[in-house]
Amino acid sequence: MDNTRSVLSVLIYPVQRLVSIPVELIEQVNDTVVSYTALKKENITLKERQLINSIKLLKLESLENENIRLRGLLENSFKLDEQVLVAELLSVNLVPYEHVMVVNKGSRFGVHEKQSVLDANGIVGQVIRSLPLSSEVMLITDPNHAIPVQINRNGLRTIAIGSGQLDRLNLPFLPNNADIQPGDLLVSSGLGGAFPQGYPVAVVDKVTPQPNKPFANIYATPKAKLDRIREILVVWSDSTPIPLLSPEVETETAANE
Amino acid sequence: MNKDQYSKRYFLTLLIAMSLNILPLSNLVKSLNPDWVLLVLIYWTLAVPERVGVFNAWFLGLFVDVLTGRLFGMHGLIYALVNYTCLKFHRRLRHYPVVQQALFVFFCLLLSQVMVFWIENIQGTAGLTWLFWVPVFTGTLCWPFIYAGLRWIRILGHIG
Repeated sequence: MDNTRSVLSVLIYPVQRLVSIPVELIEQVNDTVVSYTALKKENITLKERQLINSIKLLKLESLENENIRLRGLLENSFKLDEQVLVAELLSVNLVPYEHVMVVNKGSRFGVHEKQSVLDANGIVGQVIRSLPLSSEVMLITDPNHAIPVQINRNGLRTIAIGSGQLDRLNLPFLPNNADIQPGDLLVSSGLGGAFPQGYPVAVVDKVTPQPNKPFANIYATPKAKLDRIREILVVWSDSTPIPLLSPEVETETAANE
Repeated sequence: MNKDQYSKRYFLTLLIAMSLNILPLSNLVKSLNPDWVLLVLIYWTLAVPERVGVFNAWFLGLFVDVLTGRLFGMHGLIYALVNYTCLKFHRRLRHYPVVQQALFVFFCLLLSQVMVFWIENIQGTAGLTWLFWVPVFTGTLCWPFIYAGLRWIRILGHIG
């Protein structure tokens, strides 16, 4: 059945391409017709940001090594090694009652189901179907989508469910006295196994306790710019266990014996 | 009468309808967007019933399923059903004025949407609000224009 769908999807791909061409053209024109000064300005800010990021990365490497070492001591070591692929959205709209987007990379590029999808700000969603030339990505705001999250401040775990609005997630399973407040960052907890751990998902923006009900009404705004993304990152996260001691240390101890 | 001409126009109109189905629109407008492919299919079924059969409609439905990422065969079943109803009544419908035809089209679209609702519910789809039913009404309102437009295309090609 999946094979038939793949074949038909290749035949139908030109239609999707055709529909998204006008939007792409407008984007291209917008990109081309930019004044010199605006470009110059953007270049300067990008360079500054690049500098700051590279300094942060310098520290990150040492921190990652330290983290791996400490995890080695705790005997639950996982290497967080992630490979990404940049994919572009096709401007098509499948059905109005779902938040599913089509991207232009498919199983030909090795994209497969249940892969998580990120943008520069946070988690966007996951791949729900990969076809040869394209794949379908369900956003975290889809009413059928739920993502296990954790509050970055105190590690409280819960589930964020899509609301059907692009700027809102619901957190329906937290009691009225839970330690959560507006402005808390929610990061993925990695518990379901579908999403890698520790990526920003949303920021809590409203907490209303309901005295007559067991659970509070909590809303959060996704970190990813779901309504204006053009490019997304498809992530391959393999959490392969790493040896408790690094290979060099092991060979050293072997030599000593 | 020209078979070649007919299939060219048939596929072209369906292709346009498919593109209209997945057009990127703003949030409000996209819930108004009717099922253009079904409307075009209904027209061709009524106009040239000897060429648009149930199998034809079913196969078209499979394409729409792939195009919109639905359960494989959902639109196949729905289009085959609607096509069959149209084939059953096409002799009578041809003599109806457009408004009366629109009423029939309304029930066809309603049948289709009820089937979609049913199948989506079996799959446990959440988030179906009352806006889900709006395309039935907008589709009915579009019917006179589709009828006039496709009739013009058909006469231009001397089909049927």
